[in-house]
Amino acid sequence: MAIIPNKNPMPVLDAKLRATNFEEVALGYSEEAAVAEAERCINCKNRPCVAACPVNIQIPEFIMKVKERDFEGAYQIISESSSLPAVCGRVCPQETQCEGKCTLGIRFEPVGIGRLERFVADYHLKNAKEAPARVKSNGKKVAVVGSGPAGLTCAGDLAKKGYEVTVYEALHTAGGVLVYGIPEFRLPKDIVAKEVETLVQLGVKVETNVVIGKTLTIDELFEEMGFDAVFIGSGAGLPNFMNIPGEGLKGVYSANEYLTRANLMKAYSETADTPISKGGKVAVVGGGNVAMDAARTALRLGAEKVYIVYRRSMEELPARAEEVEHAIEEGIDFRLLNNPVEILGYNNPENPRDPRNGCVEGIKCIKMQLGEPDENGRRRPIAIEGSEFVLDVDTVIMAIGTSPNPLIKDTTEGLEVNRWGGIIVNEENLTSREGVYAGGDVVTGAATVISAMGAGKVAAQGIDDYLSK
Amino acid sequence: MYKIVSRKELNNSVTQLEVLAPLVAKKAKPGQFIILRVDEVGERIPLTVAGTNPEKGTVKIIFQIVGGTTEKLNHVMEGEHLQDFVGPLGTPSKLEGLKKVCIVGGGVGCAIALPIAEALNKMGAHVTSIIGFRSKDILILEDEFKACSDKVVVTTDDGSYGYHGNVTGPLKEMLENGETFDEIITIGPLIMMKFVVATAKQFNVPCTVSMNPIMIDGTGMCGGCRLTLNQNGKRVTKFACVDGPDFNGYEVDFDEAMSRSRMYSDFEKHAYEETCNLFKKEVQ
Repeated sequence: MAIIPNKNPMPVLDAKLRATNFEEVALGYSEEAAVAEAERCINCKNRPCVAACPVNIQIPEFIMKVKERDFEGAYQIISESSSLPAVCGRVCPQETQCEGKCTLGIRFEPVGIGRLERFVADYHLKNAKEAPARVKSNGKKVAVVGSGPAGLTCAGDLAKKGYEVTVYEALHTAGGVLVYGIPEFRLPKDIVAKEVETLVQLGVKVETNVVIGKTLTIDELFEEMGFDAVFIGSGAGLPNFMNIPGEGLKGVYSANEYLTRANLMKAYSETADTPISKGGKVAVVGGGNVAMDAARTALRLGAEKVYIVYRRSMEELPARAEEVEHAIEEGIDFRLLNNPVEILGYNNPENPRDPRNGCVEGIKCIKMQLGEPDENGRRRPIAIEGSEFVLDVDTVIMAIGTSPNPLIKDTTEGLEVNRWGGIIVNEENLTSREGVYAGGDVVTGAATVISAMGAGKVAAQGIDDYLSK
Repeated sequence: MYKIVSRKELNNSVTQLEVLAPLVAKKAKPGQFIILRVDEVGERIPLTVAGTNPEKGTVKIIFQIVGGTTEKLNHVMEGEHLQDFVGPLGTPSKLEGLKKVCIVGGGVGCAIALPIAEALNKMGAHVTSIIGFRSKDILILEDEFKACSDKVVVTTDDGSYGYHGNVTGPLKEMLENGETFDEIITIGPLIMMKFVVATAKQFNVPCTVSMNPIMIDGTGMCGGCRLTLNQNGKRVTKFACVDGPDFNGYEVDFDEAMSRSRMYSDFEKHAYEETCNLFKKEVQ
């Protein structure tokens, strides 16, 4: 049979229409499209896709099930390795993982593994009638700190092995970055809620409004609550700023704040009590997924113009390819090789009570060029002297990364951290404290959902080994 | 859900609630705060802990109606529940070693200052409390301050009770008359704290301020509560939720903090009116 060179296209909402609402952009495969895409997989022997998956999903096996139209069977194969397939199918950077290594991809477009994973997971969420079977308790208790991708994965894996798992979440809704960070139009919140519900059906307890390090300490989890092991997946902490003049002006947000207002607090909805700046002209500083999310959220909140300001070029842009594509289609204006040097504010010297005083009215940038590669192999951006110019904006969103959350390291004696505050772990994700494991952004600094899931998985294995001794 | 165990109106715009939250009650120390949501669509608002009863498992909060959310909160009655209540957040006030302290509270800020005065009193420190209000009819907690202070001065802006003027008046007079303090701790409106710091500076007395900026998660994630400190000629960004809420008043950029605190004032005014209208409709 002749190989079909291109992926079956993913149906998406029209760019003009979707830029005005928060509905999910990518609509998902139909059964026919999924089977047709599955048929493109040549089921090669060396299976490079599996090795490139941070949680080692048995990809060719599940695709063969799709080909046979056994969609539930496909789901069962995925769920052996992943606790959040509906999430990963939507937010994984497949081009640098499974699909990036696909044998078919050497000459043609790779198999649309991410799209198939999403199809299978959605099929299951829609059609599954039975709750997943609970494994009999082995009597051992594990506390998981944080209900983001690392924590949920670790909790799911341990519950499947018979551990009694309690997940502690600081916010009022479980999901971590999946609910406060990633927008509705990319990852609908009811999908996250269903994935969490699946874990609850497996016996995982979820306690919201508990801040580990404040409400309870790690030591108390062991001594007073009787847990046998703890996994810390408390995630990214405080947002980074550029330390340029004007970051204290009204209208300057961190991406964390902006997205939390829009996503977790649903500031886009008429019924929500939480305010957010809407409309106007917006500059988002940064080039990662978070920057794309913030820019596209601003557009949907009614901005007339949204810029991405990034100091390198399109090639170095760290965001997932599909998000960049979607952002361009929606009309986000990419100002590449530009670096902000100052945020400018309005000041009316005649009237100190003018409410516009202290509001952003522009962002001064300098043009950059790419020099020699740095230690990571990325070409270093160098400022072009005298090339400053001003972009006329009234909102600036800083999306330039975060530092690990400090609450746990500050209240846990003997927990070693590196000089950026990231918790230090070994290859099993064990920290310097016995029985305490960690993974995700609290270890690595801001990274991807799937790498956090991979870390949660490794830790779950480590905890199982430790408690089975 | 978190049950309101008792509710008391301290004046016509300030209310005290006792909320059942055993884990928070066990841990909270003076200077720390909680975050609550009134209902499912509510915003997260930070309120400083005004007292705890670990045996009963209750946490006392005192709030002033300033916008939509506090108006909503004021309609939650004894026996009813709050959607969310999380804490204790922030770093406790650093009181160790203090022997002679002046507490300067303004308006509803006095509610936050009280547990600090009580803690200092318990430690055996000499406590002078200056508590200021716009006028006599909104005076709160006078007896409570008297019970834990060696000296209490009440000020009113309109002269309807106590010292006529604002809190910096008696503070300045005391310092001019040779009174000394290890530290001045001030909690209240930003503009008041700014002037208390200026007064403290004149007499070289260390001054701690309690900041209450706009905040969402309160756990060191969103960065909305950032403020700028001037430290050794350098401008440094700090976050009230994890680095504070107490800061060295000499270092705080109050003008920026005041500007940022007004970011949503139009929205707040509108939300307040809307909420009031809703409650009026319900009454009808």
